[in-house]
Amino acid sequence: MVQDKWAVRLGLGVLCFAAFCSLFPIVLLLLNSLKSAREIIISPLAWPMEFRWDNFARAWQDARFDKAIVNSLIIVVLTVFAVCTTASAAAYVLARRLIKRWQLATIYFLVGTTAPIQLFLFPLYLAYSKLGLINNPFGVALIYTAIFSPVAIMLLRTFFIAIPIEVEEAAEIDGANAWQKFTLVALPIAWPGVLTVALIVAMNTWNEFVIAATFLQTAERLTVIGAFFSLSGRYVTDWGEVMAAALIVVIPIVTLFIFFQRQFIEGMAGGAVKG
Amino acid sequence: MGRLLIAPALIINMLIMLGPALFTVVLAFYRWDGASTPVFVGFDNFVSLLGDRAFWSALQNNLLWTAIFLTVPVAIALVAGTLLLTVRKGTMLFQLIFFTPIIIATVVWAKIWQLMIYSPVSGIVNLANDAGIPLRDPLSMPQTALLGVAIVDIWRWWGFLAVIFFGALRQVPTERVEAARLDGAGFFQLAWYVLLPAIRPTIMLMMVLSLIWSFLVFDFVFILTGGGPARSSEVLATFAYRSAFYQGNFGIAAAAALVFGVFGLAVSVVYVRVQLKEDNP
Repeated sequence: MVQDKWAVRLGLGVLCFAAFCSLFPIVLLLLNSLKSAREIIISPLAWPMEFRWDNFARAWQDARFDKAIVNSLIIVVLTVFAVCTTASAAAYVLARRLIKRWQLATIYFLVGTTAPIQLFLFPLYLAYSKLGLINNPFGVALIYTAIFSPVAIMLLRTFFIAIPIEVEEAAEIDGANAWQKFTLVALPIAWPGVLTVALIVAMNTWNEFVIAATFLQTAERLTVIGAFFSLSGRYVTDWGEVMAAALIVVIPIVTLFIFFQRQFIEGMAGGAVKG
Repeated sequence: MGRLLIAPALIINMLIMLGPALFTVVLAFYRWDGASTPVFVGFDNFVSLLGDRAFWSALQNNLLWTAIFLTVPVAIALVAGTLLLTVRKGTMLFQLIFFTPIIIATVVWAKIWQLMIYSPVSGIVNLANDAGIPLRDPLSMPQTALLGVAIVDIWRWWGFLAVIFFGALRQVPTERVEAARLDGAGFFQLAWYVLLPAIRPTIMLMMVLSLIWSFLVFDFVFILTGGGPARSSEVLATFAYRSAFYQGNFGIAAAAALVFGVFGLAVSVVYVRVQLKEDNP
């Protein structure tokens, strides 16, 4: 018992150290978003001598976050809507094996979950520029829908598989067709899965970098991530302002995470573990 | 009805991913700047890749990256996951903390690490120098640049793995753990003989995924070093991106993308087989 207690204490110590490592950059972010550049040079670890709230005001103006947040929200809403509708329908088909080649389709989407962006990025960019879709939020939302739906389909499929088939058979006896079974019976039962998918897709869309940086180029169209990246390249030595901008980017996602911890963890773990 | 329901997802995906991916194969045999008329060059793009030292060092960096990611974060996460299981105190809080890095954008973390930790002007490195500890910015030196980037990515990645491993460990029947305890097994014996074998499928799966993802690494390298200094931290993804968008050589970019795309797909096949086996035991 004595040895056990000692082992638990040691374990707790190691875990606390690990937690400290995870939180350390976040602490740096919080502390320095409120400091002047001069104070940061003296020490990035010190408590702010003077709270520089104006860092946030300048970051908001210089990065034009008012525009960027609207741009991001438009793309997030479009993507989340498109993924949730198309992926849940596709996942239902795969779960209930409603097409002859369901196995082939499952494999296609499974491979899609790990397909490298660079494998299709260059021709896609050339096609988009030919079609005049560069800087078009709808065009970018379409790319995100394609990229994020394979994981969403694999995740939703497990939710549909978990629904007892008897429930749907009962509806069938009452005269429901496939469309009605999907929308009126299966979807309401699987809605926690749809919520999880919506949250994960919203987070991934908000955070995405390569597509946003490649396909949205004018200042008017930048997403929050693009605006932050551009700001950090222009105001290289105003570290306080860059950190304040970073905090503005981070706050919406962290807020969502705090309210929906379980969905985030289950969704991301499920996306990785179950396909 | 089934076909109608699956069609939208399938069509969008094929339009954006499969179609252009097939076109990448064609593009790899052409020289094209994206504007003028494409010229068919046969295997020239691949030949010039083979003769390009930057390409070889990018490939080498990817292999090094793979080796690092198959070991370091997995080991840290396994230790943390096992400790969470044995400690049983505050596990929810620890999980939340470990999970936080993965939900925040790569660009944000890259800038925090670059400016607040690595920078010799404004970061912890500067603070250490003031205190007389001779640290240097790892990103500024060819020998350590890739390692500097890897540290940031490992830091963001291990907590996610730890939460997944802990989730799998919790499924191990408690009777088995208790039985081993009664037999006098210590922490390491318990972990090595009981817990790790029990979650082997999860470990294998995460390693296959690490293998795939390690060949796709882009964001942190692109933002932190841009592949520099002197292309020392270039990886295949940044190499391809630079060829296309900085050098205007889409043929070379496509050829490079094919090299690591094909490798990624090969590992994907393994992954798909593992997943399908899990589905239909």
